[in-house]
Amino acid sequence: MPSGKVGIVVFPGSNCDHDVYNVFKNILAVDTEFLWHKDGSIGDRNIIILPGGFSYGDYLRCGAISKFSSIMKDVADFARKGGIVIGICNGFQVLCEAGLLPGGLMRNENLKFVCKTVTLKVENNKSIFTTEYKIKEEINIPIAHGEGNYYCDEESLTRLIGNNQILFTYTDNPNGSLSNIAGIQNVKRNILGMMPHPERASDEMLGNTDGRRLLESVAESVAESVL
Amino acid sequence: MFISKINISIRKTILDPQGKAVEHSLKSLGFNSIEDTRIGKYIELKINADSKEEAERISKEACDKLLANPVMEDYSFEILKET
Repeated sequence: MPSGKVGIVVFPGSNCDHDVYNVFKNILAVDTEFLWHKDGSIGDRNIIILPGGFSYGDYLRCGAISKFSSIMKDVADFARKGGIVIGICNGFQVLCEAGLLPGGLMRNENLKFVCKTVTLKVENNKSIFTTEYKIKEEINIPIAHGEGNYYCDEESLTRLIGNNQILFTYTDNPNGSLSNIAGIQNVKRNILGMMPHPERASDEMLGNTDGRRLLESVAESVAESVL
Repeated sequence: MFISKINISIRKTILDPQGKAVEHSLKSLGFNSIEDTRIGKYIELKINADSKEEAERISKEACDKLLANPVMEDYSFEILKET
């Protein structure tokens, strides 16, 4: 069993928490637990997932209220110390709101909630999140969001490009994201935020396992660092 | 007691797709003199403060910390004394 200990943060309104739990626990056989946001601590977990959904009903702005939830202080401390944190969809929005990743997610340019499988291009395969992919490989991962239009100022974009922080781009931009950005990592390369849902493309029974390699490579990289 | 009337909108340099859609609709109704439409949020706070300055300081802090996202939104507010 990989020695990764996955903790999935559950906010009121999270709704992809069970999907990602199922992949880690039942498909990848990783020690996995839910972390209720009010518990305020991540305990002994060494991989933290902020799942998709509509935390706090997306009130005010997506992720704006979750960032002050009691567990987020611990998540931020863990992330700043180099701990692995992955934000998927709403989790990406929370990470941006919390200032753990640059930029933010705005309303989709076409004003529609887009729910479909899209093609992503792997722009950097040297990150712990993407080691299982080939550079420029095209993978199919589902998206389901109304506010996934990534934006940051020019200076931040230059930094994202210069530091190879852009991991995934859309081949056919579904939401108006700047530079077709679908997923980014922080400068220290331990925090990933992405709008597409790798956990929805991880079970052979569902006909697409392109997302599984991402979650697998993370569990394995923690195993290596522990050994 | 003071009332803080806060307006938050997407920064001028960023495309506001919702505003654009509404603008098209207004134009189709014949409002040809309307040149730009931007949609934002209005938030009203009731603040128990000793002075207008203090109410301003509290409003600014609330906007910076939570109400507006500094990456893509601008805000402005007006403080009125509650009568």
